[in-house]
Amino acid sequence: MAAVRTRGEVIRHRLSVTAVLVILLITLAPIFWITATAFKPRNLATTMPPTVFFEPEISPFVKLFTKRSQLREPPTEEVYNAAPWWEKTVFDGGEKVVRSGRGEVQPSGYPSRFLNSLIVAITSTVLAVSMGTITAYGFSRFKVKGEDDWLFFILSTRMLPPVVVAIPMFLMYRAVGLNDTHLGLIILYTAFNLSFSVWLMKGFIDEIPKEYEDAALVDGYTRMQAFFKIVLPEAATGIAATAVFCFITAWNEYAFALIMTNRRAQTAPPFIPSQVGSGLPDWTVIAAGTFLFLLPVAIFTFLLRNHLLRGMSFGAIRK
Amino acid sequence: MSDLAIRNLFIIPTIVFLIVFNIFPLLYSLGYSFTDFRASTNAPANFVGLDNYRTLLSDPFIWRNFTITAKYVIVSVTGQVIVGFGVAMLLNREIPFKGLLTTLLLLPMMLSMAVVGLFWKMLYDPNFGVINYALGLGKFEWLADPDMALYAIAIADIWMWSPFVMLLSLAGLSAVPKHLYEAAAIDRASGLYTFFRITLPLVAPILMIAIIFRTMEAFKTFDLAYILASQPTTEVISIRLYKMAFQEWQTGMSCALAYIVLIMVLAITNIYIKYLNKVKER
Repeated sequence: MAAVRTRGEVIRHRLSVTAVLVILLITLAPIFWITATAFKPRNLATTMPPTVFFEPEISPFVKLFTKRSQLREPPTEEVYNAAPWWEKTVFDGGEKVVRSGRGEVQPSGYPSRFLNSLIVAITSTVLAVSMGTITAYGFSRFKVKGEDDWLFFILSTRMLPPVVVAIPMFLMYRAVGLNDTHLGLIILYTAFNLSFSVWLMKGFIDEIPKEYEDAALVDGYTRMQAFFKIVLPEAATGIAATAVFCFITAWNEYAFALIMTNRRAQTAPPFIPSQVGSGLPDWTVIAAGTFLFLLPVAIFTFLLRNHLLRGMSFGAIRK
Repeated sequence: MSDLAIRNLFIIPTIVFLIVFNIFPLLYSLGYSFTDFRASTNAPANFVGLDNYRTLLSDPFIWRNFTITAKYVIVSVTGQVIVGFGVAMLLNREIPFKGLLTTLLLLPMMLSMAVVGLFWKMLYDPNFGVINYALGLGKFEWLADPDMALYAIAIADIWMWSPFVMLLSLAGLSAVPKHLYEAAAIDRASGLYTFFRITLPLVAPILMIAIIFRTMEAFKTFDLAYILASQPTTEVISIRLYKMAFQEWQTGMSCALAYIVLIMVLAITNIYIKYLNKVKER
């Protein structure tokens, strides 16, 4: 924009900045609220009027990772004093940590779901990005008959509604025993991300001058060596950005996970909402689980900030 | 290896993978859509021809699901375009920390829809929800009220996806050549005239991409609506499909409905990809 000049323009400019700040507040308020709830004592989580100022606690996170039961009577002083600091926070909330016969702390359902999410998201990302990169190179550098049609076909698989694909996949997985397995989810997420990865990587590889490889080929490199030693390093930023996008998509996915898994391979997105279920949910624990689940995505969003436009438009808009 | 061999080695596995895990299952369900198969029983599937399609297309309840979906798409996409484009217009100037501001504004669209649904449920709660408190609405039932629930879901969707429209609009706005505005200023053109004759036409192609993409996504919506409310008035088509397939176990019938939905989505996808390629050529 041109430099601000007249008084009217100054006022308009200030009003716009104020409006942007108000919208920023509205945008961040729900995220702030879930984060705040994750650090509240249980009795302050669902008050009316809502509690904004409070002394942050770590107890929701302790409760998030452990299996607990309601205390009928307060623990004896001896038991309380012998407990480690984190267990005390659970006692303070009127609950106790469930231990096995040998005194081992029993975990809640959360850690295994979190781990499943990591396994599935990381593996499917590696597969989708490596296959996507070589396919993008193939489309970028060689003549392919009906190239546009193939690329259209590839992207259209990404647009299929998950529930539509899930019905036959569920039946096929049931027939071969892939329901509720990591492998089953990994295959689905790889397929889902593959088309995205091809489109995005094609944009990045198209930008690498062909002359680099041609020079290498003249110098006696084989095509494979040129690909691995010249193209891949040049495409590193693009590969990283694509990988982060694929990871976030797989990490966030809900519908397939809901339908295809129920316990062993269940990921965090279907698990976290299922905690609300019946009775009086402990919102501090749900918020703590949500906070930990959203944190990696928030960090990645900052790392990705210069590639968001490109990623969200499948590489079509580069700026 | 020859270039031809490398090309095939690089491209064919991806194509095969997508055919095996996307196209083949769809053919499989196309077959089932002509049967009365129920995955919950061991009874063999009987061929019923086009009966499933006939039943579905004449079922007033399915039409209601489509109507609800259409209403949801219109409300939610309109809201996203107004908010997203509006914020982009506001942001399209020199502002301190603009990069950081923009990134923070984009955060909602990167989050998991299921988890966003969950924490909006908390915000909407009639007893302790922050929204009722902030707006002074007492114990207003956002999600239990059959008339309000769909709008409540759309509001959460607008919160989440306006940033997407904003992101694309910003790209469109920054591509408008500055000299056009300078020329308009010299001609003493009004703000409104400048907007409709310069800004809007030049941003239109990118804005169209945002609109078509969001329309397609809103049409497919499942996570947010499924987690936020379970009213008959919020049963969008994906939820109907899910219930038919995995709760009522009408497998054959649900495959037929899936095909009806699929054809609609492919039609929108076709338009979307045409626009993507158009913008790319610029």
